[in-house]
Amino acid sequence: MKVIEIQGDPDDFLSGQIALVDADGIRKETRLDIVDRWPDLGDYLIIHAGFAIHTLDPQEAETNIRLMREMAEKVEAAEAVEQRT
Amino acid sequence: MKYLDEFRDQTLAEPLLKELRRSVTKPFRVMEVCGTHTMSIFRSGLRTLLPEEIELISGPGCPVCVTSASHIDAILAMAELQNTRIALFGDLFRVPGSNGLSLANASSQGAKVDIVYSPMDSLNLARKYPEELIVFLGVGFETTTPGIAATILAAKNSALDNFAVFSTHKTMPPPLLALLDDPELQIDGLLCPGHVSSIIGAGAYQPLADTYKLACVVGGFEPADILQALILMARQIANGEARVENAYTRAVRWEENSRAQQMVRAIFKTADMEWRGLGVIPESGLAIREEYSHYDAERRLNIKLTPATEPKGCRCGEILKGKEVPSQCPLYGKRCTPGNPVGPCMVSSEGTCAAFFKYTQ
Amino acid sequence: MNPGNTILLDHGSGGIASQELISQIFLKHLDNSILASLEDSAVMENHPGKIAFSTDSYVVDPIFFPGGNIGTLAVHGTINDLTMRGARPLCLSLGLILEEGFKLDDLERVIVSIAECAKSADVPIVTGDTKVVPRGKCDKIFINTSGIGIVEDGVNVSSTMAQEGDLILLSGSMGDHGITIMTRRAGISLDGNLASDSAALNELVALLLDKLPSGSLHTLRDPTRGGVATSLNEIAAAAGLAVEIDDQAIPVKPEVRAACEIMGLDPLYLANEGKCLALVAPEQAAKALQLMRSTAVGTDAAIIGSLKAGKAGQVVLRTAIGGSRIITPLHGEPLPRIC
Repeated sequence: MKVIEIQGDPDDFLSGQIALVDADGIRKETRLDIVDRWPDLGDYLIIHAGFAIHTLDPQEAETNIRLMREMAEKVEAAEAVEQRT
Repeated sequence: MKYLDEFRDQTLAEPLLKELRRSVTKPFRVMEVCGTHTMSIFRSGLRTLLPEEIELISGPGCPVCVTSASHIDAILAMAELQNTRIALFGDLFRVPGSNGLSLANASSQGAKVDIVYSPMDSLNLARKYPEELIVFLGVGFETTTPGIAATILAAKNSALDNFAVFSTHKTMPPPLLALLDDPELQIDGLLCPGHVSSIIGAGAYQPLADTYKLACVVGGFEPADILQALILMARQIANGEARVENAYTRAVRWEENSRAQQMVRAIFKTADMEWRGLGVIPESGLAIREEYSHYDAERRLNIKLTPATEPKGCRCGEILKGKEVPSQCPLYGKRCTPGNPVGPCMVSSEGTCAAFFKYTQ
Repeated sequence: MNPGNTILLDHGSGGIASQELISQIFLKHLDNSILASLEDSAVMENHPGKIAFSTDSYVVDPIFFPGGNIGTLAVHGTINDLTMRGARPLCLSLGLILEEGFKLDDLERVIVSIAECAKSADVPIVTGDTKVVPRGKCDKIFINTSGIGIVEDGVNVSSTMAQEGDLILLSGSMGDHGITIMTRRAGISLDGNLASDSAALNELVALLLDKLPSGSLHTLRDPTRGGVATSLNEIAAAAGLAVEIDDQAIPVKPEVRAACEIMGLDPLYLANEGKCLALVAPEQAAKALQLMRSTAVGTDAAIIGSLKAGKAGQVVLRTAIGGSRIITPLHGEPLPRIC
C-alpha cells in the first residue's frame, strides 16, 4: 500500500511511528516500528498484521516485474523463431 | 491494487508457465513451506496448470496448524479465568483442543474472546477494559513475532499493566532441519516463504542448500512470483545445482531486516517448543525474557502445559511433515470438514486440509 | 415523550407510552390508511395469481453504517426475498424488539429510513408490533419483517427451474455490504469509501419479467449471507448441474478488493444486500443484461458464467491465470486471518 503520510521519528520508538497508507481509496494506519527501511512518501509498504515489514520503492518493484517480463518474452521470442522455421 | 495485480496478470503468467514447462527436465519434489503459498497455489488455480513432473508438498508453515494440542488446552483454560479476555487472530477461533472444544465454544459459554486484526489492537482492548487482563495469543513465525514484540514494548512504554502475551512463537529454520534429517522425506527443492524471508533474509537458507543439496528459492505469493521461483528451481535441478536464489527481490534481501530482528531479540529469547505433529524441537520457539515477565501470560497466570494427545485418527502430524496428503487421513472429508474440523490443518484457512477441501473437492 | 429521550419498559406496556410511540414516531413516518386504522390485522384487496410469503429478522451490528442501517436492510431484505420468486411485493409487516435505554432519536432515524425505503419501493408497511425488553436482553434494536407478494399466473421462478446452458447474470458488484459491516466492527479500522449496497430489487425484477419472453427467466437468488459462492452452490445443487464462473467477469469494486486483500477475505463469500443472481436462457441473456443495466441498481451487471452438465452441485471458478478451482459453500462466519 502506498505511503501518503508519515508520523514520528525513525530514531525514537516512543514518537509513535505510524504511516497512513492507501490502496484504491482504502486507508489504514500502519505501524513503522519494525519496517526494514524508514519509508518516503510515495513508497509502498508490505504489511503484516498491522505492521509494515518492508519498504518497497517503486523502482524495485518495476525491476521485479521487468525481470519476469524478460523471462516471459524470451519464451515468446523463442516461439516466434520456432514458428518461422 | 498496485504491485499485486501486475503479478496476477495472465499475460505474464501464461508465458512464464510455458518457460516453466521448458525448464523442467525431470520430475522433482518441492516443499512449499508457507501456508500463504499453499493457499495462493490453490486460489489462483495454479495447481491445475503446473507440469506434472512437479510434485508440490505442503510443509509445516501454517502457524495455527502447528500449534500443539497442549497449547490450545492452555489457551482454553485461560479463557475460563475470571477477568481475563482473550485477543486473537481469527484463524485460532475454531481450533479444537484435546477435548474437541474450541474458543468458539468457550465464547458461547461466556468467555470473553475478541478477534483482532493487529496485536496492537489488543492494547486498545486493555484501555477499554481496565479491570480485565487482556491475553493476546502470540501465534506465528518470524513475520508475526516482531510486531508482537513491538506491542509488548508499546505496552511497557505506555505503562499499560493489564496486557500479556501467551507466546507460542516459532522460528522456521529448526523444523526444516528436523524434517530434512528424516530419510523418509525426499525433496529436491524448497519454495522458501516470502514474508518470513523478508525478516530473516534469503541468506538464512544457505546452510540448507549446502548441507542438504537443496535448491532453495524465495518466492512471493502472487502466481507470477510462484512461477518465477519454480522456473529458477527447475533450472537449478536441471543443472544439478543447489543454491539459494531470490525471486522476490522487491520484498526480500540477502540480509535480515535488522530493525525487526533487534526488536525480537530485545523481548524474546530462544526456547524449546512443541510443534503439532513434530513434537518438541530444541530452540525452535521464542519465550518472553525475564525482564518482560510481567507481559508473559504463562508466568503471570501460572499456566502449566499438560501433555495432550491429538484427536484419534487425525493425521495432521504426518500431513504437516509432508509425508501424507489429506485424502490419506481416515477423517478427511468425513468426520473432519471445514464446517466441523477435527484437526488444525482443517481449521485454519491456510491449512493444507482446508485448502484441499475448499479448492479441489 | 420522556426527559431521557430513551426507550423505557413503559413503551412496550401497551398503555399510554406505547400509544405515544405509535403516534409520534411510527404513524408520523409510516403513514398509510391501513396501518393508521390500528386494527389487529391488516386486510388487503385480493389479487389474481399465487401468493408469495416470506419473513426475515435483522440483528445487524452496528445498526447504522455507510449505505444504510438496520431499517433499510429490514425493508429491502424481505422485498428482495419475495421478488426472488418472481413475486411483486404487496405489503410488509414490521415487528420491533427494542432494548430498554435505546435512544429515541436512533429509533426515529431507523423508522424514517424504513418509511423512505418502503415508499421508494412502493411497498407499504401495513401492520406492526413493538416489544421492549430489559436492558441487556437484546442489543439496541432487533427487527422482523414479513411480506406478501403476488406471483402472476405463468410466472415460475425457482432454483429447480435452472437448465443446462443457462447463463448466469450478477446484477452488480460483490461484497459491498459484507466488507462495510466487517470494517465497522471493533478491532478493525479501515477508512475509505466503502458502503453497503442495501437496495430493493423489485423494480429490476419486474422489468425482467415484463420484457423477457415468458419462461426465459428461470432462477433468481439474492446472495446475502454466504455471498455469491454459497448461492451458486445452492443453485447448482437444486438444479442437479454444475456451475462454471469466470473470475475476471465478476464485478468487484477496487476498494472492496483492496479491503478484502488487507483483511484476508474472499469477496465471493461476503454478503450483499441489493444484488441478485439471475439464470436466463442463453438466447435472452444479452437482453436481460441490457435490462439490468438500465436500472439504477443494476448498472454494473455482468454475465459471470453458465450452468453446465458435469458433477451435480459443483461450482468451478476459472481463475485469472487460466487455472480452475472449486468453490465450496461458506463454512462458518468469515473471519480476518493472520496474514
